Amino acid sequence: MTSTGIGRRAASGTTGFLKRSQPRYVEKAVRVLLIAASLVSVLTTVGIVIALIPPAAEFFGKVSFGDFITGTDWSPLFKPPHFGVLPLVTGTLMVTLIALLVAVPLGLGAAVYLSEYARPGVRTFFKPILEVLAGIPTVVYGFFALQAITPLLQDIWPGGEGPQVFNALSAGFVMGIMIIPTIASLSEDAMNAVPNDLRDGGFALGSSRMQVATRVVFPAALSGIAAAIMLGVSRAIGETMIVAVAAGGRPNLSFNPLEGMQTMTAFIAAAGIGDLPTGSIGYQTIFAVGALLFVMTLVMNLVSIRLVRKYRQVYE
Amino acid sequence: MDNHALGKGPDADILEARRLKGDGSPWRERFFQLSLWASLAVGVVFLGSLLTYVVVEAWPRLDLRIVTNFPDIIDPSQAGAQSAIMGTIWVIAFTALYCLPVGFLTAIYLEEYAEPDRWWNRAVEINIQNLAAVPSIVYGILGLGIISRGLGFGQTVLTASLTLSLLVLPTVIIAAREAIRAVPQSIREASLALGATQWQTIWRQVLPAAVPGMATGSILALSRAIGEAAPLLLLGGLTFITFNPTGPDSPFTVLPIQIFNWISQSRAEFVSLAAAAIVILLVILLAMNSLAIWLRNRYSHRW
Repeated sequence: MTSTGIGRRAASGTTGFLKRSQPRYVEKAVRVLLIAASLVSVLTTVGIVIALIPPAAEFFGKVSFGDFITGTDWSPLFKPPHFGVLPLVTGTLMVTLIALLVAVPLGLGAAVYLSEYARPGVRTFFKPILEVLAGIPTVVYGFFALQAITPLLQDIWPGGEGPQVFNALSAGFVMGIMIIPTIASLSEDAMNAVPNDLRDGGFALGSSRMQVATRVVFPAALSGIAAAIMLGVSRAIGETMIVAVAAGGRPNLSFNPLEGMQTMTAFIAAAGIGDLPTGSIGYQTIFAVGALLFVMTLVMNLVSIRLVRKYRQVYE
Repeated sequence: MDNHALGKGPDADILEARRLKGDGSPWRERFFQLSLWASLAVGVVFLGSLLTYVVVEAWPRLDLRIVTNFPDIIDPSQAGAQSAIMGTIWVIAFTALYCLPVGFLTAIYLEEYAEPDRWWNRAVEINIQNLAAVPSIVYGILGLGIISRGLGFGQTVLTASLTLSLLVLPTVIIAAREAIRAVPQSIREASLALGATQWQTIWRQVLPAAVPGMATGSILALSRAIGEAAPLLLLGGLTFITFNPTGPDSPFTVLPIQIFNWISQSRAEFVSLAAAAIVILLVILLAMNSLAIWLRNRYSHRW
């Protein structure tokens, strides 16, 4: 191989001395291997779409899309079956709404505290606790909601009928706690990305700490905060085990958080447990509801990713 | 004066000045700071009461039976979670085998080779960010439709671990990329200046420096997979299994699924059984997280 190297060097004059002398097969092979590995994640998305579309299409061959999306009765395994998805959608939105009412104020409060107030020692105490909250399996959250929070709510409920055994309130509350770390850590990143010049400007004008936090840092980090909330919404919509354990398994078109209701994810899980035969309409409902769930979370995720890019472009 | 011309009265000036200066009330400042502090405290109190509750509920059943016995639907006093514990170990071992190599290679490609302004590289990145936020149950649908029934792998350890590896792959990639990015550029430049090729630079300089960070991130990603139940519900994980897996083609159950199963039973004995299994699951997660933190502290470089 050296001889070809010398030959080539002679042919291309003095500059050729610095050129590589032989083709580097290892380098090329590595590159191909790396690209192949990166394609796995692309193929995952393709796989999800391929898994969802054919059974969902067969489902919509039997049930009209209009009936599916506007129908108020979801009883796919009854006779006669009804395929109106609205009860599942409202169940999902109710639990998500309760979760956000808990997670947004607490998550943002935690983020402002960690980014603008906390001394390093306080940070090193609280940060791992948020990480532990994020790391607890969701089935454990579900267990706690069903066994501890619901009985507690029933005990302290002032007058009238308290929450049912399965209810949206305790599932949503526990889910809200679960989402706090997501919202807190992403918003804290966004607030940390705000340059100190802006804070100093605020202080130089005589603003207090609270004013700098709420009127300078918060607006400047708004796109990142919005991204964090969107991601929180996406996680709440997609969360399965908490609602499967604590919110009940009965589709229920109701806005009363004290009642049990089934979410889209809980339905998919329940139908999946049933081990329905391939090609049956029951089996296909998994994919129809799954497709709706995937599209809803996809929109949230893409908006969130865009917002994060926006604040990174502004400040980094 | 100019403000008059703009239609803002002197009152507006005063109001604006007051707004910028604030009321100056130290009480408002205090209250604000207190409520920020309280929002963190809620999380801490919640975590504390959750852990206490689980341990208290689990206490009567927290003995060797949970580890040595198999699930028993008739006699809860003789039931244990051995098949679920072994199932979790089998499934996670195979998940690690599949997702770690692919995740690391993808991270190397994105950090060391990909030109970030090419549209396809941006698409790969956005795709990974989105996959990280796709609901886990959707991965279950992927596993059910394609891996279990489409490819015919059935309700086995193999199907479960392939599904879980796709689920945690984005997390592994993101963590590994951060570890690789933390290696200073000067190390690469020095290696290249000495005549090393790009892959030699990566293999002998970048990766050895990045491995502790990559390991830490991977352990955290795998501990997420250990706690995951939703996708496995679609893959036959809830079947009543009273034996340990013997290979990738065995039927399986895992701890979170066994916990879900026991929560769904109406008898009270199963509640403490579920709590005991939760304690086992949390201990495994705690051990993995401690290992990750130890690795991070032991091998972390300061450049």
